[in-house]
Amino acid sequence: MAIREIISTGNNLSAIAAVDAGCEFFGGYPLTPSSEVMHTISDLLPKVGGVAIQMEDEIAGICCVIGAAMSGKRALTATSGPGMSLKAENLGLAQMAETPLVCVNVMRGGPSTGLPTRVSQGDVLQAKNPSHGDYKSITLCAGSLAECYTEVVRAFNLADRFMQPVIVLTDETLGHMHGKAELPTLEEVKAGIVPRKKFEGVPEEYFPYECEGDQPAVLNPMFEGYRYHFTGLHHDKNGFPTEEINTCRDLIQRLEDKVELHRDELELNEEFMCDDLGENDVLIIAYGSVSLAAKEAIRHLRKDGIKAGLFRPITLWPSPAERIKHFTDKIKNVLCVELNIKQYTAEIERVSSRLDLEGLYKVNGRAISPHEIVAKVKEVF
Amino acid sequence: MAFNYDKYLRLEKMPTLWCWGCGDGVILKATIRAIDKMGWKQDDVCVVSGIGCSGRFSSYVDFNTVHTTHGRTVAYATGIKLANPDKHVICVAGDGDALAIGGNHTIHGCRRNIDINFIMINNFIYGLTNSQTSPTTPQGMWTVSQKAGNIDPTFDACKLAIAAGASFVGRETMLDPKKLERLLVKGFEHKGFSFFDVMSNCHINLGRKNKMQSAMENLDWIDSITTPLSKYEKLTPEEQLNMFPTGVLKQDTEAREYCDMYQEIKDVHQGKRKVITQDDFEKKI
Repeated sequence: MAIREIISTGNNLSAIAAVDAGCEFFGGYPLTPSSEVMHTISDLLPKVGGVAIQMEDEIAGICCVIGAAMSGKRALTATSGPGMSLKAENLGLAQMAETPLVCVNVMRGGPSTGLPTRVSQGDVLQAKNPSHGDYKSITLCAGSLAECYTEVVRAFNLADRFMQPVIVLTDETLGHMHGKAELPTLEEVKAGIVPRKKFEGVPEEYFPYECEGDQPAVLNPMFEGYRYHFTGLHHDKNGFPTEEINTCRDLIQRLEDKVELHRDELELNEEFMCDDLGENDVLIIAYGSVSLAAKEAIRHLRKDGIKAGLFRPITLWPSPAERIKHFTDKIKNVLCVELNIKQYTAEIERVSSRLDLEGLYKVNGRAISPHEIVAKVKEVF
Repeated sequence: MAFNYDKYLRLEKMPTLWCWGCGDGVILKATIRAIDKMGWKQDDVCVVSGIGCSGRFSSYVDFNTVHTTHGRTVAYATGIKLANPDKHVICVAGDGDALAIGGNHTIHGCRRNIDINFIMINNFIYGLTNSQTSPTTPQGMWTVSQKAGNIDPTFDACKLAIAAGASFVGRETMLDPKKLERLLVKGFEHKGFSFFDVMSNCHINLGRKNKMQSAMENLDWIDSITTPLSKYEKLTPEEQLNMFPTGVLKQDTEAREYCDMYQEIKDVHQGKRKVITQDDFEKKI
């Protein structure tokens, strides 16, 4: 596989990735520490004929992106915690109307205004259900500079496959980290683009929301002769509001099942030095920028004679339940490391049915160092 | 020959959920006639509505249609228009939608002067949800959320739109559908943000406790508070206080449209022109 090397920041790489993945529209609002995504993409998109607009607020940012996406374009927005909270309602409309888009959340300390310029992973649970109601969200989490790029590319393809918003979580550490990223070539990225499905028949036979119970809607671009209706209301096969009992039930069940029954297409994990782990060794579960420190800690621990490995989910939601259980069944000593208080640990406890997991949680806006992880492992195991 | 609306309506969605005597249907028909006059192809038109009675507008007309969240029509429409500058985008929102929860988007749509046609159906009340106060509810009227009488000052939406920079601003009432149609055509023809304050009745939820229990009583009241701009200008300031002018209140054909201006950003980045400076604009501050 050919490799492309770019020296840049995580936020720049996310913007570059979007354009490489065929994004034609960006709408957003300045929100530290995500703003550089907007700064970069507002130079890149007009160059290739696209549009990047700074809207009047976070809500308008997501709304114009949904509008552009409904019209058929690949579209991106980027923000951080407070902006995610403001975007929540309209992310819900995108779930309901099945509008594909990508939302990058460069996580900072919360709740509320929190720690605007410092790192956190406090939005992991929010990303699972940002808006009210039942649906299954898809959330990817970059764990390196390179993944600030590759996960945004993957997010665009998944959004079009599943016809819903895909959230990419990065964080302040990765967003502002500057360094060398080894990326797939542009040709490879372009070759991997899977555009959304399109109905090719006559308009009279087109029912955008009529599909198998585990499949997303097939939404043709606007202005091409297939006139239909988008709504956040419960809707029928043509997209028109309905309160018919079975239609309402089937719709919401389908929003769940189109993701739940295709978890295999979504799951992506990294298993770092896990192959030789036995019952009494140490498994660290971490994701995002924390995993960089965890890997460094594992190298130190192994030098000290402690066999340790890292399990890192890259797709956070839906969670890789079976794979987590595989490891937690096998290995006794499990340490969860997060920049929040047990947000993903709660999920690991749920899928593993274990309540004896150790944890290292940090919520002061500072990154976790490898040294802290080494010390914690030596303390608890 | 009578105008045939069938081509533009989703007939299977009829009857509408609007109450008997509601003005929304009259405004819908005037809008359809104006679109027909423009000669726009149905495939090239997108109608975006918000939440409230007016929110259902989009589901009854056979165009590309979007029923958005409360107050966000202009924001959605901005994305649709910027991504498809050669298409025609019409927003339909109520007074609560446009001026309360969506006030910020209305202001900035006007300010950008993006070529969106924004029809605000102004019935002075939150009708769908049972008579809560809206930004246009006259002071002293009964609402379900202010049963002692509304104390909130009343918004003049057109003044807001003019001040915010919309290049076409007009007001009509549903009392004269022909006049309304002509105003809409003028606004649709205009390139830039066209804001229409279209006054309509809600005798059910505005009128019921405000002594306007029939559509006609409600419409008589609207008639009594509106007058053509030419007559309005001759009124004393005291008389103007209780009157809304109708007709074209502003049309600035020189104002630059946002999609056109954005093309210049593309040109800069594609090396076709120099970077944009203050010299490119008339207003230098």
